[in-house]
Amino acid sequence: MKVPSLRANAIAATLVLCAGFALVFFYAPIDADQGFIQKIFYVHVPLAICALVGFVVAGIHAIRHLRTGDPVHDARSYVSIHLSVIFGVGVLITGSIWAHASWGKWWVWDEPTLVSFLIVFLLYATYYPLRYAIEDRDRQARYASVFAITAGAFVPLNFIAVRMAESLVHPRVFATANGGLPGSMLLTFLVCLVGMAVLWVALVRFELAAKSASASLSRLRRALEGETHVPASGSRIAPGVPSSATSVT
Amino acid sequence: MPALPLDEAGKYVAAAYVVFLALILTYVAIMAAKLARIDRELGELADLAEGRSDTDPPGADAEAEQPGGIGAVEVHHG
Repeated sequence: MKVPSLRANAIAATLVLCAGFALVFFYAPIDADQGFIQKIFYVHVPLAICALVGFVVAGIHAIRHLRTGDPVHDARSYVSIHLSVIFGVGVLITGSIWAHASWGKWWVWDEPTLVSFLIVFLLYATYYPLRYAIEDRDRQARYASVFAITAGAFVPLNFIAVRMAESLVHPRVFATANGGLPGSMLLTFLVCLVGMAVLWVALVRFELAAKSASASLSRLRRALEGETHVPASGSRIAPGVPSSATSVT
Repeated sequence: MPALPLDEAGKYVAAAYVVFLALILTYVAIMAAKLARIDRELGELADLAEGRSDTDPPGADAEAEQPGGIGAVEVHHG
């Protein structure tokens, strides 16, 4: 299957997200219970789903890295976690705004959904110090992959545990067989979710392309100036990425 | 809590969407700055490569690679 170019991916993300946000404000009805504030749902929930799925995708890439030893998979795992952590920041901020508008509080500590997402977010925040505390590149990649697999397995378990727990105030969006949403809201939500997913893929490919260019530049500089005049290839925070890494497959 | 009036809720909704856009734009701006640095360093390397090719005598590399070339003889006896 032919992978679309990064430019086509970025344009698709922009168009689908713009269409989704247009549906949010001009098509989806205002919620009878929460009123206009429920519009935050269409950005908050797709961000959360993409972040959590991104963590699982990072775990899958990490498994492929440990099986094959190919640094491409390590790079994909690293970038997937990076983007998902950024999306996670968005989830926490938009969620706090929604919580303050709905419940009058920025944060509720006895709500399993909120606290469990914060735990997952903080867990992945430790990925960076773990990774960069190790000097040796091969060991760094292996340990990071083990972390990504373990934490990636924790994400669905955590999700199931939260769904089984009794909710206090946080709404259950897909609690019923038909999703608990009327058709117009469900369509709007799905368009926003697809747009967010395409955006996530586009940003992952963008960062992989940048890292690939940076690694190629370092190799070129070494070849032109000699090993003694330049520092080690790439930065410590960027794993060496071959150019083949930019396609997320 | 009862639903907020539209003027009050509008501020929160706008804030949430602005946060999302700001997050994505900040990320893209940081990545653009990195790409600009890569572009600048690539230009420096291109200048370096051009400077080297100007200082090297024309055809020197090709002669050195040939088994019976002048370069090969000099290296052999040097």
